Amino acid sequence: MTAAILAASSDDVETLQVVRLRHPWRWVSYAVVAVLVAMLVSSLLTNQNYGWPVVAEYFFSSRILRGLLATLWLTALAMLVGVVLGVVLAVMRLSRNPMLRSVSTAYIWFFRGTPVFVQLLFWGYISALYPRLSLGVPFGPELVAFDTNLLITPVAAAILGLGLNEGAYMGEIVRAGVEAVDKGQVEASQALGMRRTRILRRIVLPQAMRVIVPPMANNTISMLKSTSLVSVLAFPELLYSAQLIYSENFLTVPLLITASIWYLLVTSVLTVGQHYVERYFGRGTAA
Amino acid sequence: MTTIDASAAESGYMVRAKNVHKSFGSLEVLKGITLDVRSGEVMTLLGPSGSGKSTFLRLINHLETLSAGQLSVDGELVGYRRANNKLYELREHEIAAMRARIGMVFQRFNLFPHMTVLQNIMEAPIGVLRQPRDQVRKRAEALLDRVGLADKRDAYPSTLSGGQQQRVAIARALAMEPRLMLFDEPTSALDPELVGEVLEVMKDLARSGMTMVVVTHEIGFAREVADSVVFMDDGVVVEAGTPQEVLVNPQHPRTQNFISKVL
Repeated sequence: MTAAILAASSDDVETLQVVRLRHPWRWVSYAVVAVLVAMLVSSLLTNQNYGWPVVAEYFFSSRILRGLLATLWLTALAMLVGVVLGVVLAVMRLSRNPMLRSVSTAYIWFFRGTPVFVQLLFWGYISALYPRLSLGVPFGPELVAFDTNLLITPVAAAILGLGLNEGAYMGEIVRAGVEAVDKGQVEASQALGMRRTRILRRIVLPQAMRVIVPPMANNTISMLKSTSLVSVLAFPELLYSAQLIYSENFLTVPLLITASIWYLLVTSVLTVGQHYVERYFGRGTAA
Repeated sequence: MTTIDASAAESGYMVRAKNVHKSFGSLEVLKGITLDVRSGEVMTLLGPSGSGKSTFLRLINHLETLSAGQLSVDGELVGYRRANNKLYELREHEIAAMRARIGMVFQRFNLFPHMTVLQNIMEAPIGVLRQPRDQVRKRAEALLDRVGLADKRDAYPSTLSGGQQQRVAIARALAMEPRLMLFDEPTSALDPELVGEVLEVMKDLARSGMTMVVVTHEIGFAREVADSVVFMDDGVVVEAGTPQEVLVNPQHPRTQNFISKVL
């Protein structure tokens, strides 16, 4: 009986005209956004205070480009320090040695718990705390000693301040990635006679990267802009370069726009790069 | 602790377990297992879930540490070195060296998902045994041929069926040229129609003379291939003997009950 009903109705259904579901609110949203965008564009073009000719003039100026370059390598170096430190901290955190676990936990607690701005200032003024740095036997004779100001230059302070802070965050990101790898992967590796360091390097970390890369890219983009904090160390990165220029000519808004456009451009490039890195580490999953 | 017979290897025993106990916290999983596996023997461990079969298997290659008793593989104590009338815990590299000679196949395959089939098989012989790449590649390809997957060498595990993945896992273990193979419910995670292809590979391996300890629910495999069958329940060996003795003519009521349910 059921079969008969189905057969009958399906005969009918095939002949009927299909009416697609309508989405009137979509059209309303298109209209609203179109009006808003038109207003924005019109304002951008007609409001002289934006100073677009000034933006164009300074966009490729040597001081801005030098600042951009400094921002780029500072971001790269600080992230390098952060990632290496993060892996070390994560491995310590997951170690069976209780002392290593405690040290890692304390490090992360301290560096996440204080503002990076304050940390940068500390590295900048470290010579006030320790005028001399020396290597030697603890509580015994020293072998070499340095003037702190010569060793911790503003550049070194910037890399240390940003990198050591980033390491604390990366430590947690790497730990989450490592813990996301199936325990069976480690067991299979152990059963094959592999040792811990090899298992970590060849089996666990490559798989953890799938989980690590998105937040790591996030932090890289965040770092790109955090580098602007090192202006307190009189380090001429992108934003500080722009500030130096507008402190001379008072064209504040156009120069802030110039810097912002550069930040946006670099972020866009990083986002594209993130896509490819994610694809690489996602190999073998979801074929 | 009594002395393990130093000539155990020569006398033909691959695995000797004497009064092996294992507890997880207050839960005692193994309550005194005593059994021997001879070189070349195929032993199947049967028993209900939670009977301790898998735990015993994992003790053999030290994925778990035993709580009491003694266990040796190929004449060597598992996890300890005997000297000066004391037992010294082995270092990580010593344990790893011991595991390298024991192959293990898991219920969930545990292939490395970020490596191709061939890379999965070649990883440990190159990285652990330090054998030359060309030689390892040849052996890996021969093994893939043996398990019938020569055409899948460049595929990633996620593109393979469960049965194919398990056959790769067997090839990966064999690439280390082990003296002993442990199988931990190798067909339990497979769709029914894929069980046969994995059992075929295991039968082929058994006929080649490999020493095998197989935890399984496949009574047919036990009957057809095994030299000995051990029935475990609640952390003890209830009954052990030839397949004929344990499967066809079980003496203990618990064994009879189990066999009647799974057949």
